[in-house]
Amino acid sequence: MTVVSGRTLRVGDFSIRIRPRIVTVGLIAAAVLGAGIIASLMIGTIPLDAGDLVAVLSGEAKPSLTRSVLGRRLPRALTAAAVGALLGMSGAVFQSLSRNPLGSPDIIGFTSGAATGAVLQIVVFGGGMLATAAAAIIGGVITAFAVYFLARRDGVTGGLRLVLVGIGVGAVVSAFSSLLIARADINDAMVAQLWSAGSLLGRGWLHAAVAIAALALVAPLLLTLGRSLALMEMGDDAAHSVGVRVERIRFVALIVGVVAAAAAVAVAGPIAFIAFAAAHIARHLAPVPGVLVGLSAVVGAVLLTGADLLAQNLDVGMRTPVGLVTSLLGGLYLLWLLARRI
Amino acid sequence: MDSPRRSAASRTAALVAASALALAATAILGIGLGSNPIPPARVVEALVAYDPTHNDHLVVVLSRLPRIALGVIVGAALGLAGTLMQSVTRNPLADPGILGVNAGASFAVVIAIAFLGITDVSGYIWFSFVGAAAAAALVYLLGSSRGNVGTPVRIALGGTAVSIVIGALTQMVLLSNDAAFNSFRFWAIGSLQGRDFGVAFTVLPFVAVGIVLSLALISPLNAITLGDDVATGLGTSALGARIGAAVAVVLLAGAATAAAGPIGFIGLGSAHVARFFTGNEHRRLLPTAMLLGATLLVIADTLGRVVVAPAELQTGVAAALFGGPLFVALVRSRKVAAL
Repeated sequence: MTVVSGRTLRVGDFSIRIRPRIVTVGLIAAAVLGAGIIASLMIGTIPLDAGDLVAVLSGEAKPSLTRSVLGRRLPRALTAAAVGALLGMSGAVFQSLSRNPLGSPDIIGFTSGAATGAVLQIVVFGGGMLATAAAAIIGGVITAFAVYFLARRDGVTGGLRLVLVGIGVGAVVSAFSSLLIARADINDAMVAQLWSAGSLLGRGWLHAAVAIAALALVAPLLLTLGRSLALMEMGDDAAHSVGVRVERIRFVALIVGVVAAAAAVAVAGPIAFIAFAAAHIARHLAPVPGVLVGLSAVVGAVLLTGADLLAQNLDVGMRTPVGLVTSLLGGLYLLWLLARRI
Repeated sequence: MDSPRRSAASRTAALVAASALALAATAILGIGLGSNPIPPARVVEALVAYDPTHNDHLVVVLSRLPRIALGVIVGAALGLAGTLMQSVTRNPLADPGILGVNAGASFAVVIAIAFLGITDVSGYIWFSFVGAAAAAALVYLLGSSRGNVGTPVRIALGGTAVSIVIGALTQMVLLSNDAAFNSFRFWAIGSLQGRDFGVAFTVLPFVAVGIVLSLALISPLNAITLGDDVATGLGTSALGARIGAAVAVVLLAGAATAAAGPIGFIGLGSAHVARFFTGNEHRRLLPTAMLLGATLLVIADTLGRVVVAPAELQTGVAAALFGGPLFVALVRSRKVAAL
């Protein structure tokens, strides 16, 4: 029933097919994202109205207010959007690679690997933003290599085998992480635990810069890989017959997807469910064949921006870092899906 | 007709006897190993002819036996619970950890620590049961819809979702309450350390009832393995068997988790290893998996004490560190047995 209509946009070797449904949905999502970012700038301990916001942006507001909005709220909002986009893309790629809706990076252990790298850094070597970020990326990449090579048999990484091996490896690295947390002194343990929940608290321009740089690095690669991945979803043989070098594409997509997820973890901690939900929601909004890397990125950005708005303004008398908000909402979303259909 | 049945029965007996022997050998070695190693012969001597004036005998009976005994009870419960879950959900990944039971038990224990000030295991156990039962019931209800029994995928997804939501609530309480976090982080890692005979005696009745109930379900479980339609044709109530199995799982996994904290992979690993030897015949599968679960947990606990001595690796961590690779090896070595 779904007619794949559209046109191809070509710039040299680089080409993407423009499909109206995806473009429409993408533009609406981008508008929602813009509204979310503006809301993040206006809502807070000092609420702004539209006039205040214009004054801040044109540099005519009080310096203290400008510092609060441009120095704290804006970088945090941009970090949320960029991290959400990284997770959304990563989720789209992994769900396609594993041909399984559960194959998102948090479920197949890469996020645990990245988190364990960061916990190791915090507990054993002392924190530091860049050091923790680097440790998270190294942890995520090592875990991904382990999962990939363990799931590979006769030169082929089967979809379900990738998920199963990922669950096993993820359990081992999580156990190592709990061991580190239990061994640490209570202060380091609390920092590591808070970090393991996933948080955007106190994220500044350095974090925003790291997240945006990672996004700029991986987005073009993943968008380009998307078409080969879509062909591979029809089966390795079919993809092979139209000239897709299946195992090589799978390996490159895996590495780039891991870097996207690990960079997100490095900046904000292991935030659950954005990767799963973004790709899933994107597929529902635009039920067309293919791997919706770009749309998943925008949906991921919307989701994390919204979740962080909630995390900052939800007052339940308990600490609610954004990772817990996404876990709660994401889990409830999955439960609702289950109760409704399948 | 007679001879195949007899050979099947003797095969069952041989498998169960071999597993029991493995467990006994592991337990004796596990009791002997430690900061003060005791040779197996003297361990047996202490168990059969206890002499309170002998120093080694005192160490064996007062310090190491309670721990191993608890390990055997917890491991047997987890092995049986994991196998029941896999059979009922026809899901090769089913494990109390994966289907939300551990998360439910953990949340209830956190509530007990943080809001009710309960600090000892005999106090936790009731909370652990209620939490495990509530999570299991929720996952089951989500997994089945409009009179249909749950499909494996629905139940696995439901378990994942429930685990994540409950896990987030647990974290929220912990992050807001330093004292609770400090007690919980040691319980949550899964440990047999410092648990006395009292803990074993508290959980034993629940585990015993769970074992009896599971053994009573052998024929219905065999029928379910053939598919729900065939089971109904054979006059088995698939729904009844599933509910019975769910009750047994809650008793077994709830008691194990209350006693030792959330321990993953023992249920999963022992069910797979047992199935490798026995196939899907539950008369052989259930006792073998139960004994293997106990064996694996005792091995994990012993390795955890020996490998990083004089420090100690907590049992839950050891189970994951050693069970994870075993699981990966199973996935790699052959197709996960079709259930």
